[in-house]
Amino acid sequence: MAKMLGSDAILRALEAEGVDVCFGIPGGAILPIYDAFARGATVRHVLARHEQGAGHMAEGYARASGKVGVAMATSGPGATNLVTAIADAWMDSTPLVCVTGQVRTHLIGTDAFQECDITGITIPIVKHSWLVQHVEEIPHVMKAAFHIARTGRCGPVLVDVPRDIQEAAIDFEYPDEVSLPGWKPPKRGHPKQIKEAAKAIAGAEKPVLYVGGGTMNGDACAELRELAELWRLPVITTLMGKGAFPESHELHYGWPGMHGPKWSNWAMNKSDLLVAVGSRFDDRVTGKLSAFAPGATVVHLDIDAAEIGKLRDADIPVVGPLKQVLADIVSELRRLQDEGASPRTEPWLRQIADWRDEFPLRYSRKGDFLKPQTVVETLQALTAGRDDVVWTTGVGQHQMWAMQYLRCERPRTFITSGGLGTMGYGLPAAVGAKAARPDATVVCVDGDGCFQMTCQELATAVLEDLPIVVVIVNNGYLGMVQQWQNMFFDDRLSQVHLTHQVPEYSQLAEAYGAAGFTVSSEDEVESVLEEALTCGRTAVVDARVDPREQCFPMIPAGAAALDMIEFSEEEAVEA
Amino acid sequence: MRHTISVHVENKPGALMRVSSMFARRGFNIESLAVGPTERPDVSRITMRVDCEQHSLEQIEKQMHKLVNVLRVTELEPGESVERELALIKVAALPEKRAELMALADVFHARVADLGADAMIFEVVGTPEDIDSFEELVRPHGVKELVRTGRVGLSRASIRRDASRRQHVLR
Repeated sequence: MAKMLGSDAILRALEAEGVDVCFGIPGGAILPIYDAFARGATVRHVLARHEQGAGHMAEGYARASGKVGVAMATSGPGATNLVTAIADAWMDSTPLVCVTGQVRTHLIGTDAFQECDITGITIPIVKHSWLVQHVEEIPHVMKAAFHIARTGRCGPVLVDVPRDIQEAAIDFEYPDEVSLPGWKPPKRGHPKQIKEAAKAIAGAEKPVLYVGGGTMNGDACAELRELAELWRLPVITTLMGKGAFPESHELHYGWPGMHGPKWSNWAMNKSDLLVAVGSRFDDRVTGKLSAFAPGATVVHLDIDAAEIGKLRDADIPVVGPLKQVLADIVSELRRLQDEGASPRTEPWLRQIADWRDEFPLRYSRKGDFLKPQTVVETLQALTAGRDDVVWTTGVGQHQMWAMQYLRCERPRTFITSGGLGTMGYGLPAAVGAKAARPDATVVCVDGDGCFQMTCQELATAVLEDLPIVVVIVNNGYLGMVQQWQNMFFDDRLSQVHLTHQVPEYSQLAEAYGAAGFTVSSEDEVESVLEEALTCGRTAVVDARVDPREQCFPMIPAGAAALDMIEFSEEEAVEA
Repeated sequence: MRHTISVHVENKPGALMRVSSMFARRGFNIESLAVGPTERPDVSRITMRVDCEQHSLEQIEKQMHKLVNVLRVTELEPGESVERELALIKVAALPEKRAELMALADVFHARVADLGADAMIFEVVGTPEDIDSFEELVRPHGVKELVRTGRVGLSRASIRRDASRRQHVLR
């Protein structure tokens, strides 16, 4: 037991949880906690320029490290600025602890300066939250916050601490365990269900492993690989699952969904067995749900029972930690193998490979402009074979091209906003990823629209010595919206034109103390990107690309996945 | 189809809000909701009436289980549970009508909770269906005001329930 203030207790709790870095911005109602930082803590505080940036940094940190991300903000506007990041973490199951200051207890409910009911506002988008009422609650609440954020299905929690409680004295003792009678995430998958799942896999002729981000959250990538290799199962990774399985592996067959290649979507939709591993049948993956994979038996493996049957009925559900569930399925398949069973998937693997040869990703290099795909392909070529590159992205066309053309060999190397689709996620997430992986080259493939939503965090990258490389795939448009207006609204472009040249991105970068580059020709793209990647400081590359390039293939919203629209030009080059 | 769900929650600030917010957010409609203390001071019980398909009911149960304050979710099945509701009904009752109303009330074991010059308040406890019937019968006399608690329920003492039976199969 040690006598201290509530504010110190918060920091001692962070230290006890092994937090090495957190992200935030101080303000009136959280002054005592920031004073505790000033009085000394082993936790590094990274000062963001906007609380949304701090939130996405904490997310990027969590996604790159596998640890819980921590974001801090003051009451009122500080807390509400965190809301987008909390919602993002909720949708993508990113473990996050947000600590917000609150007005003094006696002022709560009086519309005091910078008062805001942040626990109320965030109820639909947190796993749990606390408005701390007494200083003695702090150790228990902090322990519970970290425990809930990282157990079961990961996600965000919020701890709101009134200023007078930060200033109150406490005999601090951090608990080793916390009793939460209402929080009991599943510990093991049911053995009978696991046997059923293994039996279904053993007998399948056209199976697909449909792998989502839960595989990484469940630390189950090695077990996944063992399963795929043992039974020769094709692996298709979602946007959130990208990197869960090595993309150069012969059993990796692309990415599903709205902008996934035809071969991946055909494999999913023509399969006889769909094994969903930590994935959730999102509409961007399935297209028209009633037409999705009509002939497939569904095995659904997930830590969250509520995902089972939420959208697609599961024939064989297994609820449990994926690491154990996958390992047990592998053991059971080995047993079946000893009894004489063997994989029967070779013709199916050849079939998917044939589709891949027949319908590759294509685009045309014709025309006056540098192509966005070329930019991403060049980035891939420049970093191929390196195991120290972490990618982040914004949301939109550039994100889809990043999915299509970047090859991720390792878990936690592709960090993107999937569920919420948060434009502006990429740059701050890159700063957070860099804090988690100082050894890595962290590259944000961004859009010009996205970049302008959070570019103030360049200051954070520069001043906190967290150098990142931002490659703006600058088409001068809110590109994905432009694409939908082009394809589904007779090309009536409405409020989507941002222009290539305002702002002058390289000058903006220089103004922030970063290196600025501009490139607009295919001849120079490689040398410019190489210089940016190797300059050793925060760099922004303004890659001015074809303003009207569209992202293909595409499943129109609400259409069946088999009705894809492909790139049609004759002189397309293959990727 | 209508279902009655009984939810044990920790008696903590915001627990009810978390449950009701989940319903709103997931698009489930609550017909009635009653909340109050239980035999344990640290536990409250929420009884909810919802109108939904079996598939949605399973989603509701599973989504509720994910809430940290929720301890147990059970469905109270008709025939295997006792369900009661209380209503207060203020009915126009001029002196010459009182006897007729009292006779009606007698059939439903309704009590007169208050009596005024031209109106009276009945207090009736029963199954929600009984209360519906009583309400129908007094309505022609002129119902001035009416309030119902929403149903509360317990599984029958006379039926040995396997405690885990209504817990979802996946848990």
